[in-house]
Amino acid sequence: MTAGVKRETLIWGVVMLLGAVGLLGHALSSPLGVGREYVRAVPLANGQWTQYDPATYGEYLGAERAQPGQQVVQLSVPRTIGLWFAAFCTLAIFSFLYADNPFYRVAEHIFVGVSAAYWMVIAFWDVIVPNVIGKIWPGLVQGWAMPGLSGPEAERNLVYVVPLVLGIMLLWRLMPVGGWIARWPLAVIVGTTAGLRLIGFLHGDFLGQIRNTILPLVVFTGGAFDFWGSLSNVIIVVGVLCCLTYFFFSFEHTGVVGKAARVGIWMLMITFGAAFGYTVMGRIALLGARIEFLLDNWLWLIDPTGKRAIATVIVSLFG
Amino acid sequence: MGAFLRQEWWIVAVFIASLLPLVHVLFTGRVSALRSLDRRWIFLLMFWAVLLPIYYVSSTGNVLPEVPGALAQATFDEIEKLSPGDPVLMAFDYDPPTTGEMAPMATAFVRHAAEKRLRMYFMTLWPPGAQMIDDTIARVLKPDFPQLVYGRDYVNLGYKSGQEAVIKVVVTNLRELYTTDVLGTGVQNIPMMDGITSIQQMKLIINVASGTPGTKEWVQYAVTPYPNLRIVAGVTGVSAPLYYPYIPRQLNGLLGAIKGAAEYEQLVLNRYGGPNPNPKYMEGLRRMAPQLVGHLLIIGLIIVANVLYFTDPARGRR
Amino acid sequence: MKRTVPLLIAATTGFVLIVAYFVPPMQSWSEQVSVWFDILAAVAFVLGGANLMKIHLKHISDRARGWGYSAVLVVAFLGTLFVGLGKIGVNPATQFPDFAWSGPYRQNGSPFWVLFEYVFTPLNSTMFALVAFYIASAAFRAFRAKNAEAILLLGTAFIVLLGRTFAGVALTSWIDPAVWSGFQYFTGLRIENLTVYIMAVFNTVGNRAIMIGIALGIVSTSLKILLGLDRSYLGKE
Repeated sequence: MTAGVKRETLIWGVVMLLGAVGLLGHALSSPLGVGREYVRAVPLANGQWTQYDPATYGEYLGAERAQPGQQVVQLSVPRTIGLWFAAFCTLAIFSFLYADNPFYRVAEHIFVGVSAAYWMVIAFWDVIVPNVIGKIWPGLVQGWAMPGLSGPEAERNLVYVVPLVLGIMLLWRLMPVGGWIARWPLAVIVGTTAGLRLIGFLHGDFLGQIRNTILPLVVFTGGAFDFWGSLSNVIIVVGVLCCLTYFFFSFEHTGVVGKAARVGIWMLMITFGAAFGYTVMGRIALLGARIEFLLDNWLWLIDPTGKRAIATVIVSLFG
Repeated sequence: MGAFLRQEWWIVAVFIASLLPLVHVLFTGRVSALRSLDRRWIFLLMFWAVLLPIYYVSSTGNVLPEVPGALAQATFDEIEKLSPGDPVLMAFDYDPPTTGEMAPMATAFVRHAAEKRLRMYFMTLWPPGAQMIDDTIARVLKPDFPQLVYGRDYVNLGYKSGQEAVIKVVVTNLRELYTTDVLGTGVQNIPMMDGITSIQQMKLIINVASGTPGTKEWVQYAVTPYPNLRIVAGVTGVSAPLYYPYIPRQLNGLLGAIKGAAEYEQLVLNRYGGPNPNPKYMEGLRRMAPQLVGHLLIIGLIIVANVLYFTDPARGRR
Repeated sequence: MKRTVPLLIAATTGFVLIVAYFVPPMQSWSEQVSVWFDILAAVAFVLGGANLMKIHLKHISDRARGWGYSAVLVVAFLGTLFVGLGKIGVNPATQFPDFAWSGPYRQNGSPFWVLFEYVFTPLNSTMFALVAFYIASAAFRAFRAKNAEAILLLGTAFIVLLGRTFAGVALTSWIDPAVWSGFQYFTGLRIENLTVYIMAVFNTVGNRAIMIGIALGIVSTSLKILLGLDRSYLGKE
């Protein structure tokens, strides 16, 4: 083993050991313990089955105080296991920041597998069943999965055989022979996208933005000359023209055109600087949410929304 | 701050202990060590820059004050001027990774609409968006507005695939795509769907979007071709600057990033919060503390890097 | 035939949508095409998942490097698919108790919901959260004020970064007419107000020009596709 690998392994080992010791210590020393999930049992359909809605530890303690041994608000072992699995998955992904490692790889592959299947399931139940099978065989779907289908929406519409056939043709791409037939539904996708976007971008972005740029260069507010409003509009009109001048790469940027293009570049630099600032803001917020999950949901170190506030009071009063 | 440091001394100790090796590296290597600093130290600094403020704010309950800006006010006013019973489309086009920014906006929008007794029609263009809608309903409507009845005051139509093509359909014929709600009830049997055939009947589109498809598509395919439609949007920090050109003709209000969420939360709290607002409606306000420290860290890193660059004697030789 | 028919299909669907925009009686045709597109988009998800399986099953059968990870992926995929498609653990809808399959597949507490809540969400969210670290690293390594444009970019970034937090408010809170009446003409120089101005004016300028440029590019690309000049989507012969 080289010295570098030895050092890395030592650091991994030390971090894991410290983490485990810290976790154990916190679990043993904290009056409330560590992350657990609680549920409220709600009987449905005259008690034929039970739905378990999320509940808090505070609600559990309150229910236990009112009626010891009650089963309405209870610890959920599957969800608690899920919570700890989620926490370790989070840490596994974060471990990539130190170095690529098997934990990260496993977590990454689990994510890819689950998300691909998740999207397939959604596509099936939210689109294929109601909008294809439900249109061609409404009786079948009504008797099986969507008894609520009714009215004009439940009438048979054989036009939907066309997308059904196109869908099968698209899936034929996976076959070893005849995959070329997938070009037909692909052409529908590409043609529709092109047709939609041509109009959408032309109307909303091209014509719309030209219209939005036609602004009064002299602004009066309440009868008085508005200097700052006028200046803003002048900057917008001149600035947009200068930026568009910069984007004309088909002729040389010399003379007046060159100067206008220069101003355009400056405007774009300000735009990119603002974009960077906002991007930083956006990404930090996402990191904050994950850290909050680890500290609040998993470790029970913080309680910003007061989920365990009642519990803290009860524990401090009664131990 | 003093009380926090005394009570939570252990986290400060861990923070200092984790940075001792960095101090040692810089002390022994000085400027050259700084020039070739392992980026993992920067990761660690960013980690602490976000964790410590979160810990502090959550432990003490102190949040930084927010003064709402013009865009947040415009967004608030668009919803505030509606009347009870007005139908609004709640288009929640985001997924779990962006809940850090989007969830506070979604929560505040739903709360505001519920306080105004608007009829809320939820839908999404993103596959995981349907779960985001469920979560928001469970977080806001079920516990705090139990008097609102599903099917009469709000309905979840769920997800349909196709991105902007969905908008193209629902803007003229909603029932062609949405034959049932997410619970399987036929739209015929949902009281608040009576007479609703398209999105054009909505008084306002409230869009919470984290990318494509999202606000841009709603503006291009719904609001621009049908100018009677109005839209307000809450978007991520990454995409917010891109939507400013649509304001105000094509986009009537915009909340950009967690700052926009915090400003809008402040407006809703000022109007409907009461003396002891529920902390779940202050999520955006709480997240401004790590933003502050994180931004200062980024600025500091850029300044240090540029000082090192301009004082590098080897720079002229390259 | 293999290439001509798809070209005709693409052109027809595209032009139906474009013409329907200008000829309102054709609106139902454009709705129908859009609905077919929506359905094909859903089928594309199925295709994507199936293709993923094909690739990783081949990795496993070939015992390619890292095939163990492919096995993990396949197990995760099939498990999620099974509980999702089969509505495992999903109770019937309360209004239709006699229909075993009537419950929503994302029912709270079902195995599919558990997979979303405790596997999909944390993994997906944390992947995105990693970017915050890389932004900090990139800020240290790459952002150099080498020329006027870079100084303009960084200066704007500093103003926006400060202006969107309390730091900016605190830094320039002294520009207050209550402190000196003359400051009433300079409140626009407060960092938070500067930020608003930068976003509303300069950012709008840049993004508007970019939007117009992109729109022209999209129109040109769409026309090339619809007119059959761009056939790259058909793949090789």
